[in-house]
Amino acid sequence: MGIPAFGKAYAEEMLLPVKPGYLVLSFFVAFMLNMLPLTGWVLMLRPDFVAIVLLYWGIEHPRKVGFTPAFFLGLAMDVADGSLFGQHALAYCVLMAVAIALHRRLSLFGLRGQMLHVLGILLFAQLIVLIVRQAAGDAFPGWWYFLPSISGCLVWPFVRRLITVPMRQRVNPEEL
Amino acid sequence: MEYSPPPFFQRGPNLVTRLILFSLLALVLLFADARFRYMEDIRGVVGAILYPLQELADVPASIGSRIARYFVLQSTLQRDNARLTQEAFVNAGLLQKQEALVIENDNLRELLKLRPRFEPSAQVAEILYRARDPFVRKIVVDKGATDGVKAGAPVIDASGLVGQVHRVYPWASEVALISDREQAIPVQVVRNGLRAVIFGLGYDGALEVRFMPVNADIEKGDLLVTSGIGGVYPSGLPVAFVDSIERNAAYAFARITCRPASGVGSHRQVMVLASADSYPERPIAPEQTARNDGIREAGIRKQEKTD
Repeated sequence: MGIPAFGKAYAEEMLLPVKPGYLVLSFFVAFMLNMLPLTGWVLMLRPDFVAIVLLYWGIEHPRKVGFTPAFFLGLAMDVADGSLFGQHALAYCVLMAVAIALHRRLSLFGLRGQMLHVLGILLFAQLIVLIVRQAAGDAFPGWWYFLPSISGCLVWPFVRRLITVPMRQRVNPEEL
Repeated sequence: MEYSPPPFFQRGPNLVTRLILFSLLALVLLFADARFRYMEDIRGVVGAILYPLQELADVPASIGSRIARYFVLQSTLQRDNARLTQEAFVNAGLLQKQEALVIENDNLRELLKLRPRFEPSAQVAEILYRARDPFVRKIVVDKGATDGVKAGAPVIDASGLVGQVHRVYPWASEVALISDREQAIPVQVVRNGLRAVIFGLGYDGALEVRFMPVNADIEKGDLLVTSGIGGVYPSGLPVAFVDSIERNAAYAFARITCRPASGVGSHRQVMVLASADSYPERPIAPEQTARNDGIREAGIRKQEKTD
């Protein structure tokens, strides 16, 4: 109706409350996915799973996660990558702020609308890292640098689907 | 989505305040790391904590390669075996000649009263992964401080210099590749012994020799090896082949592009050499001595005046 171009708003199913342990587990899995020893094209295309999972929790449960996990996951990514200490922390904090600020607006959109927003936010986070590196004196690596944002936007529906699996209510059809 | 009803008066600082706070903290860390390298201790601690996770992330890849190795064709094995036997035969011949040369060289150096040449000890390390940050030209290997690896040690593979140990964690270390933007290596042209310094450009497969005059005797295809000057790299390690030379008289220096001799992408193992321990102390920086000379001259002139 209001937003016909992007389908109707996501029909929210009733999800079970999130346990803190599950939050930690999701971050752990995302971090491990980021640490996979990939090379070449796969590495260039690999989405930043930590950013995507942070974004999911920021949009869906802005009261459960805040800047603290974003900040510390960013620092851990910096150490694992050997990059400047704090560049990912800064990017993830900004990403989290945008996610929390937009979470009400995003719940109005359908899946495609959400994907477009996710693309924008991920690009913005990458742009911050790029600016930091330019300030530190690095050269622009090439336009492929932004590919992880595009692949991140494409995997968004799957991540979203996967992450909600343990939170779905199990409905037993044979129950009265 | 479930919300616990927010307490009316204590909702914590608002979003923008928190964002500014955390961003400032991140910027302070960034600045401290980029300018002063203050963060190495914290990095060491976090790196040690992350190490088991890195090993865990490496498990699928190592299982995959083990399975692939198991299903290798017999014809491939036979071919490899034949090739390696032949190589071993050729190498044995070279080695016999080299042993005689080493002894002769030692004798000659002793006669000439030269410092004994630095013979590094080496250990094989496995590449855990390549840094995923596109701005970072590093690999992480599975040997660290507990194996005696020290920061600054050179790292080689079968065909040449790979890089230099940059940071050492307890069980792993970061190796900055020669293509890193901040790497500069003293080299020498094998053909004529011309000395130069080669710089990384920050992207794969290209290095640059800078500050060589336009008429320098350097040709396409020349092999550059480490010269051993500076004491970090032992002399004679292949570094790069000259790829193209642009001699434009409008510029003071020739533009010499090289391609690295080592193939970082094609190996799983590298050798970490021990860095030289006993290197003579560096002379005082030239501007300092110049100033001292200036002061001394001024003093002498003063004395002359008083005389």
